[in-house]
Amino acid sequence: MTQVLQDLLSKRDWLLADGATGTNLFNMGLASGDAPELWNETEQNKIRALYAGAVDAGSDLFLTNTFGSNASRLRLHDAGHRAHELSRLGAELAREVADAAGRPVVVAGSVGPTGEIMQPVGTLSHANAVEMFHEQAEGLKAGGADVLWVETISAPEEYRAAAEAFALADMPWCGTMSFDTAGRTMMGVTSSAMVELVDSLPNPPVAFGANCGTGASDLLRTVLGFTATGTERAIIAKGNAGIPKYVDGHIHYDGTPDLMARYAVLARDAGARIIGGCCGTMPEHLKAMREALETEPKSSAPTLDLIVSEIGPFSSDNDGTGDQSGAPKRERRGRRRA
Amino acid sequence: MADEEDDIVLSELDDDELVEQMFDDLYDGLKEEIEEGVNILLERGWQPYDILTKALVGGMTIVGKDFRDGILFVPEVLLAANAMKGGMAILKPLLVETGAPRVGKMVIGTVKGDIHDIGKNLVSMMMEGAGFEVVDLGINNPVESYLEALETEAPDILGMSALLTTTMPYMKVVIDTLVEKGLRDDYIVLVGGAPLNEEFGKAIGADAYCRDAAVAVETAKTFVARKHNQLAAG
Repeated sequence: MTQVLQDLLSKRDWLLADGATGTNLFNMGLASGDAPELWNETEQNKIRALYAGAVDAGSDLFLTNTFGSNASRLRLHDAGHRAHELSRLGAELAREVADAAGRPVVVAGSVGPTGEIMQPVGTLSHANAVEMFHEQAEGLKAGGADVLWVETISAPEEYRAAAEAFALADMPWCGTMSFDTAGRTMMGVTSSAMVELVDSLPNPPVAFGANCGTGASDLLRTVLGFTATGTERAIIAKGNAGIPKYVDGHIHYDGTPDLMARYAVLARDAGARIIGGCCGTMPEHLKAMREALETEPKSSAPTLDLIVSEIGPFSSDNDGTGDQSGAPKRERRGRRRA
Repeated sequence: MADEEDDIVLSELDDDELVEQMFDDLYDGLKEEIEEGVNILLERGWQPYDILTKALVGGMTIVGKDFRDGILFVPEVLLAANAMKGGMAILKPLLVETGAPRVGKMVIGTVKGDIHDIGKNLVSMMMEGAGFEVVDLGINNPVESYLEALETEAPDILGMSALLTTTMPYMKVVIDTLVEKGLRDDYIVLVGGAPLNEEFGKAIGADAYCRDAAVAVETAKTFVARKHNQLAAG
């Protein structure tokens, strides 16, 4: 275990994280439906190139190619028993690239959702989820990850299970949720509810925040929702580079490097400390983001209006935080039985 | 205050009140109450098809609207759908017996490499809630399983779901294969999933992209009606 992320956070106002994994791997020939994690073994040079793309573009931190490297997801590719191994391989390659960077670069071990719904609504038990996350966490630790990084989570139960697994692995961690449904996660978690969730954990993360979702504007609104709670924990912003389009047989995200540069500056001004992209964010976006963060002076937090005018409209009128008196509510007809 | 109200006994409500109460119980995901309500209406001589459309589908329509409008979220909808399922389990055999009309049939599945089935399950349940017959292929479907199911089930609609950037292009693989085999026009193809959008749906050759389960039901109804009209006209 290292302290490199904590050290960097204590010295710097902001850190640049990385961009997309899937979008980049497609450009290198990954077939849709195939497991990117298998490339940690079979296409190691491409994975090194993926990592180097972020580091060379100026990222201070990048995620390993292990998003789906848990037993539940790998089972689809007859590799359910290889979660530890493929996680370790992904982290080893990342360690190699980070150590050759000539400056401190954080290897963050990516942990995606299990893909299952947890009890009581679904079938996955807390114990099984913890076991799955723990297996992956140990693999990432063995491969030399500096910090674990759970991302794209919707359910508070799953976030909690990951936190518990990371405590078992005795690793510092970060964790982001995906706010893609009217400003909330698919399971209805608001930005302010996530702050409460994070504060309630016995082993809280080094940093927390939002990734993916429905575009950079929504993500910035979510960051403002975090800071409105007065939290002092470091905030992560990893938004998509626009929205996906299908062009010439490829997925292309419509956000330009200039747009992502503006997004990065606004994310910093809104209070995010670790800023990166998600789907569609390529090295050229990261370069533009780095340059903007280095050259543009820090300003006060953007208003929602400024976000709309600079980045684009929100996907919903409100995000479930703040004064909800004007928000739609259901009127009950009948009485409730005891 | 709640304790000032009397407990409600379902069997003491008249038909209209009971149906209204079932809307509330569906909304709150109360499976046992829904089963009880369905049984009471059957005892009162209601046709199974009327119970389905007036009580259950009516209730799920409210759930679907509030889901669409961001008032309800996935956990509540899953509970509501589960309650609906309880009622459907009683009605299904009776609907077959009475030869009730069929709205349409859908084959649905999450594409190859993708395990995420939350959205797909919601669509399945809401479609069933709207009276469609649904054949659910589960997760991780290669193009072959879609083709096989289309042949054996002969549905009106093919639904595909993907939640990952790495799996959404696979929908195009399936659609392209249908085109190659000259089967594309035999089915209404609907796609959905968090990273998708309308433009993407059009670009890959789907009939429509459905933002959520409620929209999927509305879209399916529209397309099936249009298809029937074309058949009638042709």
